[in-house]
Parts: sequence; C-alpha cells; structure tokens
Amino acid sequence: MSARRLFALARKEMIQIRRDPRSLIVVLLMPVMLMALMGYGIGLDQTDIPLCVYDREGSQLSQDLLKRFVSNRYFSLKLNAEDYRALADAIESGRCTVGIVIPLYFSKLLNAGQPASVQAVIDATDNNTANLIIGYTQAVVARFSADVQIDYQQRRGPALGAPVLNVEARTWFNEELESRNFIVPGVVALVMAVIGTFLTSLTIAREWERGTMEQLISTPVAPLEVIAGKLIPYYVIGMVDAGSCAAISAWWFEVPFRGSLLLLFGASSLFLIGVLLLGFMISALAKTQLAASQFALLTTFLPAFLLSGFAFPIDQMPAAVRMVTRVFPARYYVTTLKSIFLKGTGAAALAVPLAAMLIFAAIVGGAAVRAFRKTLD
Amino acid sequence: MNSTPLDRDGAGAGEVSVAVQDLVKRFGAFTAVDHVTFSTRKGEVFGFLGPNGSGKSTTIRILCGLLRPTSGRAVVAGFDVASDPESVRRRIGYMSQKFSLYNDLTVLENLRFYGGLYGVTGARLSQRINWALRMAGLHGREDSRTATLSGGWKQRLALGCAVLHRPPIVFLDEPTSGVDPLSRRQFWELIQQMAEEGVTVFVSTHYMDEAEYCNRLALLMRGRLIALGAPSELKLGAVQGDLMLLETDSLQRAIEAVRKLPQVRDAAVFGNALHLVVAGAADANQPIRAALAAARAHVLRLEVIRPSLEDAFVALTASAAAAEPIR
Repeated sequence: MSARRLFALARKEMIQIRRDPRSLIVVLLMPVMLMALMGYGIGLDQTDIPLCVYDREGSQLSQDLLKRFVSNRYFSLKLNAEDYRALADAIESGRCTVGIVIPLYFSKLLNAGQPASVQAVIDATDNNTANLIIGYTQAVVARFSADVQIDYQQRRGPALGAPVLNVEARTWFNEELESRNFIVPGVVALVMAVIGTFLTSLTIAREWERGTMEQLISTPVAPLEVIAGKLIPYYVIGMVDAGSCAAISAWWFEVPFRGSLLLLFGASSLFLIGVLLLGFMISALAKTQLAASQFALLTTFLPAFLLSGFAFPIDQMPAAVRMVTRVFPARYYVTTLKSIFLKGTGAAALAVPLAAMLIFAAIVGGAAVRAFRKTLD
Repeated sequence: MNSTPLDRDGAGAGEVSVAVQDLVKRFGAFTAVDHVTFSTRKGEVFGFLGPNGSGKSTTIRILCGLLRPTSGRAVVAGFDVASDPESVRRRIGYMSQKFSLYNDLTVLENLRFYGGLYGVTGARLSQRINWALRMAGLHGREDSRTATLSGGWKQRLALGCAVLHRPPIVFLDEPTSGVDPLSRRQFWELIQQMAEEGVTVFVSTHYMDEAEYCNRLALLMRGRLIALGAPSELKLGAVQGDLMLLETDSLQRAIEAVRKLPQVRDAAVFGNALHLVVAGAADANQPIRAALAAARAHVLRLEVIRPSLEDAFVALTASAAAAEPIR
C-alpha cells in the first residue's frame, strides 16, 4: 500500500466528482430531496378524515360526543345528515370515509347507567386507512365513555357504582405517534445506499467503458490501492450526507434524537463501507455503466427502500420475505438508526445488527478484492 | 537479466529487452495469438504491422501484463509477464489504443496523477512534467481540460503520461490512429528520440509509411507471425522476381488480361496503377503488352520498380493465406 498512490487516486476522484454535474446532483441535492419527499410526502398518519354524522337523538350528550369528533384533528366534518340514506350516500360516493350514527335513546340509556352503542360506518376500500379510522374512532368513543362514567359516579356517589377502571394506553418512543418520526431516520439509509453503491458502481464502470481503467491497471498500482483510492472520497461524501440528513431529521423535522452521536457515526461507517464495497464489486463484474447501475439499484436501493423496515414494518411481511430481509444490511442499519434516534439504545443492545453489518462488509470486501483483477481477461 | 535470450530470430547484438517464445492466447475457440516468437534489443523501434484483428493489440496487452498468456512465455525487462506482472509494470510505459486520459482532468492534473501512480515526486516530477509539456507542445495549456485538446495534443500528452517515469520499454498500441499527418510525423520524431536515448519502443500500426520508420517489423496475420525483419529485408525477400508498374486507361480490362498470363505471378491495384509480380521483367514485357493490346487496354506506362513495403505486405499476406487457408 503506497500512501502516495492512494492520495493520487483519491485526489483524482475528488476532482472528477467536482466536475461531473450528475455526481454533484446526487451528492448535494439528493439527500435534501429524499428528506423532503419522505418527510412531507409519506405520511402514514391520517388527518382530516372526511366525516359524516347522523344524530338521531339530538340531545346534549349526543352533541357532546359529536363535538369530540369534530374538534379532533383526525376528523373533519363534511356532512350533518338528515337521515340514514344521506349518510350512506355520502360514504358510497366517497365524499366521506366515515359516518357516525348516534341512536335514539342514547342519552337516556347512558343517564340510566346502561350501555349504549354508537355505529361507525367506514369505507374500507383501503384497509390500512380503515384500520386507522377504527382506531381513532374507538379512541374518541373510549375517552367519551370514560368521562361519562366518571360523571355518573360523581353524581351518584362512588359507593353506589362499580369502581372505574381507567385504562390508558401510552405509546412509547414515538409519543406523538408520528409516522414521520418513524420514517425520517431511515432516509439516511436510502441516501447512503444511493451514494454507496449507485454512484461508485457508475464511476468505476465508466473507467472500464472509457478505457482509462486499462491505462490505470498497466501501472504498478495495487488492487487494494485502487479500491481504497476510489472509495475514500465517496466514504467522506456519504458520511457528510448522512450527517446532514441526521441534522435535518433532528432540527427540521424535530425527530427526537436520544442516542449517542458517536454510535450513529460508527454504525453509519459500517453500513457505508459495506455498500461501497458492494458498489465496487458490482462494477468490477459488470464493467458497463448501464448494467452496473441497474444491478446497484436492485441490490441496494430497492432493498433499502422496501425490505429494510424503513417505511414498511418487517413484522408485517410474510415469513419468506422476512427471511430475505436478513440478507440485506439495510435492514440492520435501519433498525440501528431508529433505535439510536428514538430509543437512545446503546452499543451493547445493538450488538447483533452491528455485527451483521460488519460480517456483510467483510464478505463483500473479500469478494470485491477477488473480483477486481488487474487484467482484461 | 534473464539468461534465456531466445535469440534465434535475428534480433542481433545488444541487450534483449523483450523476449517472446511460442506465445499463444486463446479466447474460447478463437486463437488471437498463435505461437508467436521474437525478441527485441534495447533501443530498438520494433513495429507490429498487420490488419485489424491480427493479434497486435492482444500481444501488446500480454506483454504489459494486462492479459494472461494461454501458453508460451514472454519476458519483458527480465521479468516473466505471467508470473511477475508487477515487476514488468514498473519498467514499462503503455499507451492504449484510445489514448485513455481523463478527459475531465486538466493537462497538468493528468500528468500529476500518473506521476503519483508511478512514484515520481518532488523535483524530478516537476522536471518530467516540464519535459512532457515541452514535448507535447502544451506549455501554456496546463490548465486546459484534456477534452478540449485536439487529437495530436491528446496523443502526445498520453505519451507524456506513459513515459513520465522514464521506463526502459514503451508499448504504443496504434498511437497515431485518428491523428492528422503533421502530428503523426512529430510523434514519430519523438519515438526516434526516445530510441536514441536507449528506450525500446514497441509500436503497432497499420500505416505503411510509419512501418518504414521501424528498425524491425513483425508482420502479423490472423494471430501468426508471418514475417520478421528490417523493412528493407522484408521488401527484398517478399517479392520473388521483379516488380513492374503498369499504368493503363482501363484497370479492369488490364487486370483481367494480365492475370491470365503464365509470366505474371500476381497483379494488384495500387492507387490508379497495377503492380505486377513477374519472374523476369525482360521475358514478361512483350507478352504483357500483347495481352493488353488484345484486351483493348492502352499502356501508358510499364516499367520495373523497387518494391515498397506495401508490395511486400501484399505479397507476404498472399503467400501466407495460400499456405494456410482461412480456418
């Protein structure tokens, strides 16, 4: 390993990145674009769900319940239906996604200490949304019901009624249940995947295509020097981009950051080195920019997007797909990112994903060295 | 130095810098280099002449350690290219067919990059960069992007990069393809200069005029070495008999007529004339004129000429093709 040759290679690469508009766009704009897209674009939360109500009783109590729906940010009242037909029409036409029907004798039953039920009609064409709406609706009703019970107890005296069981669900780590908090840290993994594999595989394949690689390997340069000299600039860029993404997450999107910066840096290095080596290996084998970029997309970006648990929880995937996710380092990195950001998990608790990333980097590194030969055969 | 100089092919006196014996390179079923044997002396300009696909580039790549030979042996600067390619790479300069410089780097950046790779540093680096800039005529254009240079400049810059570390052996693979005639001439002057300084220059070409500048030529066809020697030797040896130049008003009728004559061994079109190979000019003159008169082709000029390298090339490839039909 000659430091001089390494320096010459890394310097040359840096100059080329600086002068290549395509690389610059990927390096400078992509992190911000992905961050904005994912931070604002993918909301798995539903707010302002179009709501339609049909109050058959029209009592103080029934209006009280409906008010809780309307004043909630999750619902937005679109129609106060005169009859059941109008409510059904609103759902069928898609003007409203949910309809709440309050029965006759609603307040009478409640005031008598009897159970009463409220009907919710939900458009379940999108079952995910429907599940969310059921959850929200139940939450509103449960809160209301608890208040009614307390009120009843206070009026009748505690001795007379059954003790009130106040069940309160608390959500941990993501108190606001913001899906943004869940998604944004994972964007760092996407950015790294693109820089790590996509960009590097392109630059090396380009050297094969233009013939400069033939010239390069006719010099006394060692394969390890070529690998390191090529990858060091992208490592630096990848880490800077990861840092910017983390900063945007924490300060702009106000995702809580509870862990150690050092651990974040270390885990990111591990993942980045792995994908950089993968990029090098791909381009050493593919030798054309087109093939290399497609292969890079397939082996890094798509798994990082779909199979990492970045936005789509791994627990909800079929067993076979869950097995597949274990092969890709993105899964371990995303787990690590979310744990560091939201839980503040320490290195000891993250030993498994960190070790998995280390093993991946070692295997791919060995394969990259084997794949890159200083010959044209 | 290696103690088996393989000197049975007329490399002559002097230190052997490249020795190749029974070199074979196959790509699957295709044999690109077929039992080639030769050697070169220090300070020699050694030319590889042959049509496209004759195995010139493949041989050069093997000698630079870029391709592994299928069988046979090649020793460059005393090191076996198959077992010790790194030692070979330290002692050679290589300029590939496409003058593969980094187009997005400036002239100076390209030179510095190769300087770094070859371990040329400090005062020696600035002295060599200065030399390269002067040689290439690029003083004052150090900061131009390489992409903006014309073919001749790019080619000389590529040479400058390839020999920045002053290698004793230089391989140039068709260095003048796509370059204007003036730049070609300048380039050959540089090659001659390097040879005078003791550098062995290995150069492939398909330009006959360039081949004339070489000390010795290896003629390749379909991977086989079909002739090896100084240009003058090749010219004398290749054409058995006399060579006659025929200018006529009808090339087509003339070539058909003379080919029927037993005295004419070969007839080929050269520009607007015919070159005829005959056993003896004195005996052939009358029958040729008679045949042309019968074919209604007027003779404008018919005389004995000295064979050119192109004649030799045509004759050698023709006899090689006759000896071994296309597989």
